[in-house]
Amino acid sequence: MTDHFTPANLDLAHEIIGRYPVKRSAMIPLLHLAQEQDGWVTEDAMRQIAELVEVTPAEVLGTCSFYEMFKRQPVGRFLINICGTLSCQLMGAEDLIHHAEQTLGITSGDTTPDGLFTLAVAECQAACTEAPCLQVNYRHRYKVTPADFDDLVEELRRQAGEGEGPDPQSPETAGVPRHGVLSVARQHIPAERAAGPSSPTTNQGPPVWMPPPDAEEPK
Amino acid sequence: MTLRGTTVPHAAGFVAGDRPRIVTAHFDDPEAHRLSRYEELGGYQGLRKALDSTPAEVHSVIRDATVLGRGGAGFPAGVKWGFCPEGVWPRYLVVNGDESEPGTYKDRLLMELDPHQLIEGALIACYAVGLTQCFLYVRGEMALAQERIATALNEAYAAGYVGRNIMGTDFSVDVVLHWGAGAYVVGEETALIESLEGKRGMPRLKPPYFPAAIGLYGQPTIVNNVETLSNMPWIMNHGAEAYRAIGTESSPGTRMVAVSGHVKRPGVYEIVNGSTTFRDLIYGEDMCGGIREDRELKAFVPGGGSAPWFLPEQLDIPFEGRQASAAGSMLGSGAVIVMDETTDIPRAALSLTHFYAHESCGKCTPCREGGTWLERIMTRIVDGYGTERDLQLLTEVGQSICPGAFPHAADSSRGLEAVPFPYRMNTICFVGPSAYAPVNSALTLFPEEFEARVRRDEGVPVAAPGRESRV
Repeated sequence: MTDHFTPANLDLAHEIIGRYPVKRSAMIPLLHLAQEQDGWVTEDAMRQIAELVEVTPAEVLGTCSFYEMFKRQPVGRFLINICGTLSCQLMGAEDLIHHAEQTLGITSGDTTPDGLFTLAVAECQAACTEAPCLQVNYRHRYKVTPADFDDLVEELRRQAGEGEGPDPQSPETAGVPRHGVLSVARQHIPAERAAGPSSPTTNQGPPVWMPPPDAEEPK
Repeated sequence: MTLRGTTVPHAAGFVAGDRPRIVTAHFDDPEAHRLSRYEELGGYQGLRKALDSTPAEVHSVIRDATVLGRGGAGFPAGVKWGFCPEGVWPRYLVVNGDESEPGTYKDRLLMELDPHQLIEGALIACYAVGLTQCFLYVRGEMALAQERIATALNEAYAAGYVGRNIMGTDFSVDVVLHWGAGAYVVGEETALIESLEGKRGMPRLKPPYFPAAIGLYGQPTIVNNVETLSNMPWIMNHGAEAYRAIGTESSPGTRMVAVSGHVKRPGVYEIVNGSTTFRDLIYGEDMCGGIREDRELKAFVPGGGSAPWFLPEQLDIPFEGRQASAAGSMLGSGAVIVMDETTDIPRAALSLTHFYAHESCGKCTPCREGGTWLERIMTRIVDGYGTERDLQLLTEVGQSICPGAFPHAADSSRGLEAVPFPYRMNTICFVGPSAYAPVNSALTLFPEEFEARVRRDEGVPVAAPGRESRV
């Protein structure tokens, strides 16, 4: 058994898997959990996920490599995604991207030598009326001017200088959590309230609240 | 300043106005995402009403209301619910919260500002159709929506609104928050299901056309958009007739539209369905208030990045599916992108083509190869290295993705008649044709801008070395 997840995260992984009728469905949430723990998705994590959801490591890599958000090499503590799609482009995204590259001294796709920032040109972030927009570790910033960008970088540098940053498991997060931490709130289904997953392999007939078909009046 | 959780300006972009409000009714209230406040606002009463009726009665209310799906296809939700085959159990509900169509900004607001309304709507669907597990799939890049929904679900479980024996009845269903990881194509419902099964998010071959027949784990599955389901509590509370009293016969109710780009007041508007025109939206004093700096309108995208573009002469078309189709486009996911006279058309088209080329999942060759070709040809034209031959090549490549006439808007001044939507396509899903849509629109409606580029006319921008177009 690969031993990559921390005991707390392993418990979380089992809790997540338990919600799905088919274990493999937990794959993407578990990849996010691995990225939250390590900041990126390591091969060891993929091996352990394979064991947990009972597929081959290659299948985990297959899924992992399909999705933009999973990084298979380390990235900066803050991933800055600047939207370059049409609404933002019309409102000056190209200049903002150029400015960001100058400010950080890197081209998009790269990470600053101090490991703090990765810059990327991203796609539509569903904030089109607030163009141009960007996301820092998937937290939106709206109507960003070049000056706003510089302020943001200063703010993030200051935050980084204050220590390791927030505990990813804590909902009491200060500032922008480091890359990998997505939602700071998690769903927990209390056992006594759970209806339980619906297994696709057993046809147990209609649920109790549904009258059998012949009992219903045709509408 | 110390922030707790993720904070953003409340309801950024939303513009209320003096119009009927169904799904955005709680948007002014910054606390509406909390259960206690939602209950004070009458929350979960729609579900209560549903549980007091039989599932068939609830289903017929929704069918009578004619709620057109808000994800893009505009298919009536009540009819879709009826497609589950008899006798095959269990059935699932998948909520499509993977909003990522360029220009679209509405589902994220609904998930962030009123998550309980969505959960209540999903439960009404589960009750009506006998769905025993619900997966609420939220786009990966939406951290705040995930936080709000996770918190809302935890509250709703504790209060007995979700889970076992809901509100003391024998209705039991789990709502599971699931989240994506960045892939536009996953918004296509069969790709969404693949992704939910832990696979690469590639669309499934059709038929079957509806996952209601064969969906998640091969079982009957209803896939509904976030906005579609957010309408359900209101309809249960007010009835189908009250819903149909708003909007037009073919497009009842309201719908959310995001207007972005070169307007004075870009924003997310809940508009009366069917009768509001694009002119009302873009020029209305209570809506966008016209083009920035009172410039001229050049063109607009009427229904998200995949939609063929409209010209100023299409402004009086109402936001209604059939009329938009007849004029050569679609309403899609409620996203209008406005371009004024200063817009560099080939560059704007390239931005969209780049998006779809990048987002091709690679399953269908015409999209995987054709999208990339379109992007590369467009890039060299925009950067000033294109040739006359490239213009013809764009059409040839486009035709290999979607053979036959591709829809475009009418332009009487140029003798162009509208080719109606939709198109024929050589791909499983719409991503491939979407890469061609902006190219075709730009090339058909503004050929002179491309010709000037390939002739390298005086004053036509040529990219400086090292600053080629990347977006």
